[in-house]
Amino acid sequence: MTATVVKAGEAVEAVKDGDTVLVGGFGMAGMPVQLIDALIEHGAGDLTIVSNNAGNGDTGLAALLAAGRVRKVVCSFPRQSDSWVFDGLYRAGKIELEVVPQGNLAERMRAAGAGIGAFFSPTAVGTPLAEGKETRTIDGREYVLEYPIRGDVALISAFRADRMGNLTYRKTARNFGPVMATAATVTIAQVSEIVEIGDIDPEVVVTPAIYVDRLVEVPR
Amino acid sequence: MSSDKPLTRQQMAEIVAADIPDGAYVNLGIGQPTMVADYLKPGSGVVLHTENGMLGMGPPAVGDQIDPDLTNAGKQPVTELPGASYFHHADSFAMMRGGHLDVCIMGAFQVSARGDLANWSTGAPDAIPAVGGAMDLAIGAKQVFVMMSLFAKDGKPKLVPDCTYPLTGKACVSRLYTDVASFRIDADGVHLLDTYGISRDELAARLDVPFT
Repeated sequence: MTATVVKAGEAVEAVKDGDTVLVGGFGMAGMPVQLIDALIEHGAGDLTIVSNNAGNGDTGLAALLAAGRVRKVVCSFPRQSDSWVFDGLYRAGKIELEVVPQGNLAERMRAAGAGIGAFFSPTAVGTPLAEGKETRTIDGREYVLEYPIRGDVALISAFRADRMGNLTYRKTARNFGPVMATAATVTIAQVSEIVEIGDIDPEVVVTPAIYVDRLVEVPR
Repeated sequence: MSSDKPLTRQQMAEIVAADIPDGAYVNLGIGQPTMVADYLKPGSGVVLHTENGMLGMGPPAVGDQIDPDLTNAGKQPVTELPGASYFHHADSFAMMRGGHLDVCIMGAFQVSARGDLANWSTGAPDAIPAVGGAMDLAIGAKQVFVMMSLFAKDGKPKLVPDCTYPLTGKACVSRLYTDVASFRIDADGVHLLDTYGISRDELAARLDVPFT
């Protein structure tokens, strides 16, 4: 099925109370700002947000947190110079946090999208982030068992889409987008431009359309 | 470089840069390690990796070069060099974890005599934990170079028999560059490479870690 082209508000109706939502971006690069704004407007709550950071400033993810819609954040780096919204909620005990090393975060979503049941990672061996986790020594090296992270919905930002839903990205704004697109039941991509089928060279497609359900055009 | 005074941050960066093999693939951590890029020799062929999905990272972007879609791991605008490539996060960490990066350079709170690294959390009860890519880098790169001051503000050594702060990675640090001394760390222990404004005897007296 090809992706449907919709407005942001219609796209995020896929998000239900209690959902796990994967949110792309590394800082502001690749952050699906308009989709997050639409999600705030939509009103779904009790959400688990999986993203590299836990919001910057007062917009985007930070605004979603400030609106009280998020029960738990799964991320690698919540604490930043401008993460005051998350910091306040965390210190007040109003939000749960699961800190995951950045590579494990990406690989756990990759595993979800690739149908892998779990994997042994060398990252975090001997650290507090491996406490309570199963370990195994393979060829003399110690590994920690990590489970997939699957999303109900992924909100990502890409550069260009065709009407099938094939996506290209720009520079380091690619970051988590291609991985998250594979790991959610419904993937919604905001893109700068939607072109006709055949107008993207198949050789340069980064995210094949099979992973993309809804497209929202947000011209730059 | 020898010096009869403690090194400045710039001098530390220059020494680290000189120890990076030509043609190496290198990840520079946020903060002081970023300065190493300023001292890489032109023509060294060193390729910089940034974990948010790029090889061939160039100098910081200024003016019209600034592109919000092109940042480093510290989320600062950067440039791309000819031969650069982009890839997604899972690939970026796969190349790290898979042992393809030659060197990564990081800061630290503590390094142990066995090369254990502590650089992500002070373990303070009210601290908000945040690890980023440090644990993946620590165990992924073929060599981990650490840059830090050798003594904390209260005078306590940061090269210690055992880290008291939460670990980032076990037995992963191979070189330690500080303001007053540089060390090689391997399975045999800690080996002093050079001193800057401190004598070997004074160093031995102030550290609880034996070195050769």
